[in-house]
Amino acid sequence: MSVKTPSKLEKILRAGHLGVTSECGPPRGSDPEAIKEKAELIRNHVDAINITDNQTSVTRLCSLASCIHLKLMGVEPVLQMVTRDRNRIALQSDILGAASFDIHNMLCLSGDHQSFGDCPQGQNVHDLDSMQLIQLVRRMRDEGKFLGGDDIKRPPKIFVGAAANPFADPFEIRVPRLAKKIAAGVEFIQTQCIYNLDKFEEWMKLARDRGLHEKVFILAGMTPMKSAGMARYMKNRVPGMDVPDEVIKRLSGVPKEKQPEEGINICVEAIQRLKEVEGVSGFHIMAIEWEEKVPEIAERSGLYPRPVVEG
Amino acid sequence: MIVADKKPIEEIIEEIKDYNKILILGCNECVTVCEAGGKKEVGILASALRMYFLNQGKEMKIDERTLERQCDNEYLEEIRDIADEYDAILSLACGVGVQFTAERYHSVPVYPGVNTCFLGATEERGLWTERCQACGQCILAYTGGICPVSRCAKRLLNGPCGGSSNGKCEINKELDCAWQLIIDRLKELDRLDDYEKIFPLKDWSTDRAGGPRKVVREDVKL
Repeated sequence: MSVKTPSKLEKILRAGHLGVTSECGPPRGSDPEAIKEKAELIRNHVDAINITDNQTSVTRLCSLASCIHLKLMGVEPVLQMVTRDRNRIALQSDILGAASFDIHNMLCLSGDHQSFGDCPQGQNVHDLDSMQLIQLVRRMRDEGKFLGGDDIKRPPKIFVGAAANPFADPFEIRVPRLAKKIAAGVEFIQTQCIYNLDKFEEWMKLARDRGLHEKVFILAGMTPMKSAGMARYMKNRVPGMDVPDEVIKRLSGVPKEKQPEEGINICVEAIQRLKEVEGVSGFHIMAIEWEEKVPEIAERSGLYPRPVVEG
Repeated sequence: MIVADKKPIEEIIEEIKDYNKILILGCNECVTVCEAGGKKEVGILASALRMYFLNQGKEMKIDERTLERQCDNEYLEEIRDIADEYDAILSLACGVGVQFTAERYHSVPVYPGVNTCFLGATEERGLWTERCQACGQCILAYTGGICPVSRCAKRLLNGPCGGSSNGKCEINKELDCAWQLIIDRLKELDRLDDYEKIFPLKDWSTDRAGGPRKVVREDVKL
């Protein structure tokens, strides 16, 4: 597959390297330093950094502005965009805004329901869904057209990503759903946090059986656990999360002060195992409010140094 | 049917407390079936209000009437002779009935006695659930007869999202995931292959987004 955008992430993946991305949540205020500090901690260990878009529906500094801050630092951003808060006019407009700053990666999401956040009484939009947002970006990029049919002057050059959750229900449509996103035009996938490696490998096998791993780059989602308490919370309270009891047991089995280290160990071991899985094209390391651990995870997993591609 | 729920009596009292003569106007259609605004509820509310105002030492005349429909001029005409006798009408019809009554009787203030909730069905006595959002362009043919617009919290046309767990929606463990239902149904119909067809962008201009809607049928006009 030839490179279609100036995205560094795309070049790395198409060159056959394992890609590494990470993720930063913007601050709940207008001080950009928080985002810059997080990015500074990890910039040398990842190829691109996702900026979340009002994740869990809690109002934050916007993803696009945060991505611009990264871009100005010389760090490659992945703009996350949810369909919850924008109609098709705003989506197209924000895509062009991102493109005007030469932001070359986007992750198309529906977004958590607003009932989880700080404005549960607000409206949600969902004019499009994530599948249709993928189609929209591809149309704007490849055909250079607005939804209304008019030509776009200087179309966006965006490498199009989406999320996949191999652990949500019903499991039987998880691979068909991936196929559907590929048919919509997705080029890379970042998965939900993986703790149940067996189930993830089963999903990958079913994807391989349909040849999907050759049509999309799958970055396996990794989030180190800070404690047994966090593991229990993720298992019981976070929708669509599959945390096997062994993980909780392993973390509970060490003293509390050693649990963060054990969480990192579990994460590194998982990456090492999944590196060998055919069709895994890289890792999306989401160290939630623990960004300083990303370099250690990358180094210990053999994902550092990062490849250099011509840009 | 249109499903409504009773407003808290405190809110109703606040609406009508300054008047002296009130007509509580029920409706014999949807709100009767969902037990929010039929003849029975008119009677119960009237008794409760009479008791309240009696306790307050306030003289308040409260009459009861239930029409066949409040969304129909023909039936609304039945109160033509008496409407002006009241300081206010408290309508227990849905929002349509309240407005239609107000449009018909300009000089009498009309207050809503129920909250109009959704288009739904009676699952069992005392349990009504939503089935339709009247988007104006029915897609049930493609979704196994289950509506994602009204039954998915994100109205995803290409669901389910990553929050579907054990057949339930991420926002509420009591709530069925519409896309789980759609997939189960497609499987029963041996149509699971249809799942992979991407549903195109929906034209929401026939929905609320397009502004107030109307249906014009020249063929049935008198």
